[in-house]
Amino acid sequence: MKPFTRHTGIVAPLDRPNVDTDAIIPKQFLKSIKRSGFGPNLFDEWRYLDRGEPGIDNSKRPLNPEFVLNQARYQGASILLARENFGCGSSREHAPWALEDFGFRAIIAPSYADIFYNNCFKNGVLPIVLDAAVVGELFKEIVTHPGYRLTIDLHTQKVSTPSGKEYSFAVDAFRKHCLLNGLDDIGLTLQHVDAIRAYEQQRRVVAPWLFKS
Amino acid sequence: MAGRALYDKLWDAHVVRSDADGTAFLYIDRHLVHEVTSPQAFEGLRIASRPVWRVDSVLATPDHNVPTDGRARGIADPVSRVQVETLDQNCQEFGLTEFGMSDVRQGIVHVIGPEQGATLPGMTVVCGDSHTSTHGAFGALAFGIGTSEVEHVLATQCLIQKKSRAMLVRVNGSLGAGVTAKDVVLAIIGRIGTAGGTGYAIEFGGAAIQSLSVEGRMTVCNMAIEAGARAGMVAVDQKTIDYFHGRPYAPTGEMWTRAVAAWRDLQSDADAVFDHIVELDGSSIAPQVTWGTSPEMVVPIMARVPDPAQETNAVKREGMRAALKYMGLEANTPIAQIAVDKVFIGSCTNSRIEDLRAAAAVIQGRRIANNIKLAMVVPGSGLVKQQAEKEGLDKLFSAAGFEWREPGCSMCLAMNADRLEPGERCASTSNRNFEGRQGAGGRTHLVSPAMAAAAAIAGHFVDVRNF
Ligand code: SF4
Repeated sequence: MKPFTRHTGIVAPLDRPNVDTDAIIPKQFLKSIKRSGFGPNLFDEWRYLDRGEPGIDNSKRPLNPEFVLNQARYQGASILLARENFGCGSSREHAPWALEDFGFRAIIAPSYADIFYNNCFKNGVLPIVLDAAVVGELFKEIVTHPGYRLTIDLHTQKVSTPSGKEYSFAVDAFRKHCLLNGLDDIGLTLQHVDAIRAYEQQRRVVAPWLFKS
Repeated sequence: MAGRALYDKLWDAHVVRSDADGTAFLYIDRHLVHEVTSPQAFEGLRIASRPVWRVDSVLATPDHNVPTDGRARGIADPVSRVQVETLDQNCQEFGLTEFGMSDVRQGIVHVIGPEQGATLPGMTVVCGDSHTSTHGAFGALAFGIGTSEVEHVLATQCLIQKKSRAMLVRVNGSLGAGVTAKDVVLAIIGRIGTAGGTGYAIEFGGAAIQSLSVEGRMTVCNMAIEAGARAGMVAVDQKTIDYFHGRPYAPTGEMWTRAVAAWRDLQSDADAVFDHIVELDGSSIAPQVTWGTSPEMVVPIMARVPDPAQETNAVKREGMRAALKYMGLEANTPIAQIAVDKVFIGSCTNSRIEDLRAAAAVIQGRRIANNIKLAMVVPGSGLVKQQAEKEGLDKLFSAAGFEWREPGCSMCLAMNADRLEPGERCASTSNRNFEGRQGAGGRTHLVSPAMAAAAAIAGHFVDVRNF
């Protein structure tokens, strides 16, 4: 996993609530058995005018000029600004894989669906929660300022705007640690093998019907 | 000390260790695996040369990609086929139990777990699938996880978690005739919204929930995630215990007696404290129909399509406008005047034997309307299919013009060949009406099995209570 420390980037505004993971990456792309390559199909149904299928050349497909990620001013965006309940629906980790593969390092929204929020951290994407009023303010500023960039500092837990305003955000200490250092948490968990074994032993005594052998 | 909620009891019993800030290792008893969210997890294990921690905790089956007709011919789509074959190979390589595509026990993962007794009260159950909340219907702590977490559980049997807050949704009173578990859960989501349960584990209680069959409770818990809650649960009662008696994976003999004694404690103490309580009156719930592209966009069958002009919140108003545009609906149209093109009875929400019986009871020898292009019934598992055929339900459906299919997810998410064409409108017993969920451009209305069957016969939505 890529560590996340400090990042400055162009912000793309996706102005709708309840963006679900089916919209982020439609199901036909879930047939892949790989972890990478989902970026060209991020928001596929909104981004292109035709129907996407795995394996076709996306560079030849007709783009929907209205969709925000297709507009010239948001090319190279690496921060996504979104509305309430972003990432609701299915548990597919293909959603953060697609966002990451496209080039997004962070998302800013008033709220997220739990599973999606969790999945982001496992993939080096930082989901930031800011107050709905602040998010509303940012949407306005972006529209009036082409090339709008934000700086995100995970160490200090601050988002700063071009005009120098700063917004603090909360992040769980363990997740922050993993993200800052790009740590694989399976390795971390396996440092506690003895605790897991001890738990299993007492569980076998209390609820032996849960174990086959 | 205040009493504990069911959620507290389940949580406490599974904490392996915890840090000062509340981050805990939660032990997982049952891990269900399907073909879509697992290949990258197995790949991760292989790369790191890690074995599966507890092989006997895993039960795998392909469900999302499997064809629902002509299964003997195999899977036509090569990409789908590779995914299903990859699951077969991974299960073989790691020594895991799999009900493969030609096994009669194959089916939707959330249907077969309980059916086999592989899901039991008091367990922690996870699966790389958000509708894992279904299994909470038996007093289990069950929730969906992402692929990285699938790998984490395979490798360590644990998840790193922080405890959610506890919510109680109490549905009082009794449900009217023709009102089902599906209507109850849609009404709950209509009330609290699709993010209303975010950060919570929801316990469903009250007389109306207790009156539901175990399968009905599964329908309710299935859609907890549609209210934003990763986990939904219902306390154990005699119905729960009776349900598991004699199931293949359930304990027997002296072990059964011991297990049952432990399960009886799986309910919230009378003085349990919840972070949030929501109350609904069960007797005022009518059959529900969704009109938009989010499960919270739902109204009773007698109502009209809501008018965005009446909505004061600007973000919501825009959301409603976009939904109506996508759905091809005019504000203020009576729901009962909306004609449908296709009808889908199936999915992990409503594909169990009781769902099929409820749909069949509505048909009563009638035929589907002329404007219905396709009406299909997809049983949740091979065993549900077998049982339905024993009862003659397949013949009843076929005689009415429904197609009778093989088990799988099918048109719930259209990863196989079953899907809506752009602009087609579907009465569906599934759980998500998102844009493109049942096929790009397709329009989904969520309803109960009885309401779906009635819509198939009438050709449009209709109140099943006077049908
Ligand atoms: S039936 Fe639908 S919701 Fe249920 S597991 Fe399958 S795809 Fe997911």
